[in-house]
Amino acid sequence: MGTTFPVQMTVNGESYASEVPPRLLLVHYLRDDLGLTGTHVGCDTSNCGACTCLLDGESVKSCTVLAVQADGADVTTIEGMAAPDGTLHPLQEGFWAQHGLQCGYCTPGMIMAAADLLARHGDGPITEADVRAGLDGNLCRCTGYQNIVKAVQAAAEAGRGVAA
Amino acid sequence: MSIIEEAPLKHVGRSLRRKEDPRLITGSATYVDDLSLHGMLHAAIVRSPEAHARIVSIDTEAARAHPGVRAVYTGEDLADLLAPLPMAWAPPGVDMTAPERWPLARGKVSHVGDGVAMVVAEDKYAAADAVQLVQVEYEALPVVVDVEEALTDATLVHESLGTNKTHEWSMGGGDVERALADADVVIERRIVNHRTAGAAIETRGVIAEYRAGQLTVWSSTQVPHLVRLFFAVQMGISEDKVRVIAPEVGGGFGSKLQVCAEETLCAWASKHLGHPVKWIETRSENMAVSHHGRDQVDHVRMGATKDGRITAFHAKIIQDCGAYFGLLTPMIPELGAFVMTGCYAIENVRTDIVGVLTNKFFTDAIRGAGRPEMTHMLEVTIDQLAAELEMDPIELRRKNFISADQFPYETPYGITYDSGNYAGTLDRALEMLDMDAFRAEQAELASQGILRGVGFSTYTEICGLAPSRAVGPKGFGLGIGLYESALVRVHPTGSVTVFTGASPHGQGHETGFAQIVADRLGCDPQVVEVIHGDTATGPMGLGTYGSRSLSIGGVAAAHAAEKLAEKCKAIVAFNLEAAVEDIDVGSGKFSLAGDPDKGMTLAEIAGCAYIDATAMPEGMELGLEQTLIYDPSNFVFPFGAHVCVVDVDAVTGKVDVVRWIAVDDCGPAINPMLIDGQIHGGVAHGIGQALYEQVVYDERGQLVTGTFMDYALPTAEEIPGIETDRTETPSPSNSLGVKGIGEAGTIAATPAIVNAVIDALRHEGVTYLDMPLTPMRVWQALQEARGRGDGPRSTEQGVALSPEAQGSAGSGPTTPEGGAA
Amino acid sequence: MIAAAFDYAVADSIDDAIRLLGEGGDDAKLLAGGHSLLPLMKLRFASPSLLVDIGRIDGLRGVDTGGDSFRIGALTRHADLQDRRDMGLLAAAARKIADQQVRNRGTIGGSLANGDAAADLPAVLLAYGGSVTVRGADGEREIAAEDLFEGYLTTSIAAGEVLTEVRVPALAGYGHGYEKFNRRAEDWAMVGVSALVKASDGVCEDVRIGLTHMASVPLRAGAVEDALRGQPLDAEHIKAAAEHAAEGTEPTGDLNATPDYKRHLARVLCERALTTAAAA
Repeated sequence: MGTTFPVQMTVNGESYASEVPPRLLLVHYLRDDLGLTGTHVGCDTSNCGACTCLLDGESVKSCTVLAVQADGADVTTIEGMAAPDGTLHPLQEGFWAQHGLQCGYCTPGMIMAAADLLARHGDGPITEADVRAGLDGNLCRCTGYQNIVKAVQAAAEAGRGVAA
Repeated sequence: MSIIEEAPLKHVGRSLRRKEDPRLITGSATYVDDLSLHGMLHAAIVRSPEAHARIVSIDTEAARAHPGVRAVYTGEDLADLLAPLPMAWAPPGVDMTAPERWPLARGKVSHVGDGVAMVVAEDKYAAADAVQLVQVEYEALPVVVDVEEALTDATLVHESLGTNKTHEWSMGGGDVERALADADVVIERRIVNHRTAGAAIETRGVIAEYRAGQLTVWSSTQVPHLVRLFFAVQMGISEDKVRVIAPEVGGGFGSKLQVCAEETLCAWASKHLGHPVKWIETRSENMAVSHHGRDQVDHVRMGATKDGRITAFHAKIIQDCGAYFGLLTPMIPELGAFVMTGCYAIENVRTDIVGVLTNKFFTDAIRGAGRPEMTHMLEVTIDQLAAELEMDPIELRRKNFISADQFPYETPYGITYDSGNYAGTLDRALEMLDMDAFRAEQAELASQGILRGVGFSTYTEICGLAPSRAVGPKGFGLGIGLYESALVRVHPTGSVTVFTGASPHGQGHETGFAQIVADRLGCDPQVVEVIHGDTATGPMGLGTYGSRSLSIGGVAAAHAAEKLAEKCKAIVAFNLEAAVEDIDVGSGKFSLAGDPDKGMTLAEIAGCAYIDATAMPEGMELGLEQTLIYDPSNFVFPFGAHVCVVDVDAVTGKVDVVRWIAVDDCGPAINPMLIDGQIHGGVAHGIGQALYEQVVYDERGQLVTGTFMDYALPTAEEIPGIETDRTETPSPSNSLGVKGIGEAGTIAATPAIVNAVIDALRHEGVTYLDMPLTPMRVWQALQEARGRGDGPRSTEQGVALSPEAQGSAGSGPTTPEGGAA
Repeated sequence: MIAAAFDYAVADSIDDAIRLLGEGGDDAKLLAGGHSLLPLMKLRFASPSLLVDIGRIDGLRGVDTGGDSFRIGALTRHADLQDRRDMGLLAAAARKIADQQVRNRGTIGGSLANGDAAADLPAVLLAYGGSVTVRGADGEREIAAEDLFEGYLTTSIAAGEVLTEVRVPALAGYGHGYEKFNRRAEDWAMVGVSALVKASDGVCEDVRIGLTHMASVPLRAGAVEDALRGQPLDAEHIKAAAEHAAEGTEPTGDLNATPDYKRHLARVLCERALTTAAAA
């Protein structure tokens, strides 16, 4: 694999230090090196958003970020959304209560994209149109998006839908 | 035929939160790519860039020498396989010209993406690098992409077959030609139903581990038992030594109802290398070599009387099979033919189907599989007829509906519709629409240059695939009868495990089946675990597709639980010294009628069955479990009415769906929330096909839509909110009265959109359009109509688009200059 | 999909980046947000031998609003611009780029240096009559927008030069309109039109229009501008001027649109963008 580079990251509050080849994608680092397989890969072209996680609090498609680019960053994945005692994040609760998922494959990316959306939006109700526009980087084939939109709106109503 | 049982239903009918979700929303679920085995190697496939070529040579030396590469295999290396990949439909009396499909090409490639070699390496990065190093020399052969051109046999996809025509299949009832000749009005249309992709967000993936004579395969599949059965045939491994596991599966939509080359390749390589081998499909591969759907050119004729009685309907279907057959390729249009008459009493009907090979990837079952195509033909043609008759399309539908008192209704094809109330769903949909308000809005918007239209689709479909006698080898011709299994096991502590042969991938069986079983055993669904997708745990099963899981697998679970409940009652009666007839399944326990405090919980009953034999009636078998295979007597026929409202930008041609009303009837609801979810997703799938999605090949057979950049899966911004409601007409085919709902939305959707767009454009002179209704296609139609300038012409085949712009068939060919869509 | 192997170096400064680029030779590429480059590398349409990561260089991110122009650091992301009320057209265009995740990574410098005629920002820069500052081994130079885009994915930035800053005039008193036509919200533009209009007593005092995806390079719609300048900004004159939008364009056909359709869209979108800009 040739030369490797040191990277240090805080992921879901844990600090990790690794040596990685420069072409290693952040999503592969999270999944294969750290074992955080909740972040999924659904396409090759940054279209589907299944790999979305938060990098320093903002949503990114981790299939289009090199692990070396995230050196020093604070990363949050779906595994880091619930509280340490297992209490679900309002977005997780919203997706569950509103049937916002079927096969579940796009769900972690949807939730992380929604976290960025609600963080930008601030607390309080959010319109259906704003949610639809805010999630246009994430593809779902199962739900027709309807209950995803309701789930995000429910999380916003819950009042603390901001990023973990 | 049984009637609906008066079971004490407590959990059924409730929108229970899904038991599946906690693992899925926390990132704890395990999809194939989330698994890693000790010593696991990674496979990548070298794929043909040519659509049709002879393989002159394959040089694997540089790839083998690449660091980390363990092996490179070509088709020749796999000579020990005992059978090519399967096609499972052999209808009695039909001649089938079937091409052989091997996991890696043998001598020639027949479509872009055909597998030529497999690289196995220590990590996926090395495998991807080594794929680039395999040198393949091709000698190009002539390519045929257009299905109607292929039918002439001027260019052959497989020279050895001597023809591109795979089969012809016809079915008829009444006398279509005579009825057409006698009709007051005959509508003729050429309808192209274009090629689409399943596009589950999780691509396919496989891990195979051959160890000590035992083969274990984890595959993202809808049909683990069929995969196991085929492994036994192809690799000569006894079936008991093969275990296939479908772990968490990230969507299927038919695209994982397949026995895949890559499953074989991983298993074969694992056997030869002594290590587990993993292959994860890239999205680019998925677009090229996960089977496509639809792709038909349909010539339809509909005859009617002046007052709107439909007397005849004929469809000639040219099916673009692609270069090979998948598991079910040639039977897809036939499945649709069974509901060719839809909701209508049409006495003279005929379907003529011809299958054709082209240099493209094969088509097979994608959500709806034949029924969306047939419903599209029928429902679009009905609207064309209404326009010709200057009749309200709603009234035309009503006039021809099979009425609620005619069920069970035998169609001219000998199919018996189980139950229906078509006017009921239509009435409710119209109530939700408020036609007067709609027409007022339409007029208001017209003054602002926005063309608003409304379209309807009233459908029925055939699903619940079974009964075995009807669909099996001596019936419809499937290689295996379709039934479903359940094993319900009550554990000594009173918790319950249900093993089902269905293999869900998002549908929510773990919740719905638990609700069904819990009600029958008087327990909480939270203590009922539903296990699926593992051939080593439950009985033989047929998998999940064709909206069959609930009405076959769910009923199997219900019947198994009911048998156990009878045993429970006997145990309780014995212990309470009461009569069995006096024991009821109550909330949380089996109790004495009239004295609900006297009774036993499931845990107490299980204690008798497993721990204290003296508490069991004399002679009763110990233990508390029941295995059951359910094979119904008939299909089920869900139905409904969908209404689509669109706005068309008259200047750019862009179509926006602004409202969707879906009133569906799938019998009594087990979990209404899950039904709504299926409808939402199904309708979105249909909107995708109608407006955005198309698999396009160019005239050289190159795939133009090779990624999610080009293949336009709609996002949340493109899909409207969907207003749902239901009516509940029980099916007499099963004891739950239930029908399938997984495909209904997709089956209903496309004609509603097309009819709505034509409704919006009719006054501009556009009278017919093929999908996908892209902005450019709609704009071109408007240009053509305005240029012609002679007003609406309702009886013609719409406007004559230039062939380049229209695409001469359902998947191209096209030219960049002409545009695909 | 996995990119071919490459070497990687982090630049501490612009000068460091220039040095590393120079040492890396022809196959070295700069990496900022990576949202144009990395997808191409994953599909193996691009295989640079060296990536010089300029993403950590201090002082290249942010907007300096002093004077009559905006000076925008090359590493300023689309997300940094999308909600700025003071940046009119630029913010409107930034909001329309792909999706939030992409906007959180993609940079203005990267987008302009890539020079994709289908991307949003190149035509916007043209409409503004802005410029970019580039620095190389021989020093710093400013390239006017009209001199920047030379051909398909080709700019006049020399190998070895680093784009450091983007300047656009503030254009106080101008209204703006941005029309992007695509099949799905997250897609590239089939055609896009950026319009800046200055009105004086209902008459068009100045107008600047950029066209996206109407040729292998972004274009100014000079014929429209000439037709509208000095004319009343009413519907009739806007429509008449917009009829010139396709003049001098050379759109190529693709999956979604024939050249004819693109020319039609250019006229329609131009009318809409001008109408919005004139009403502002």
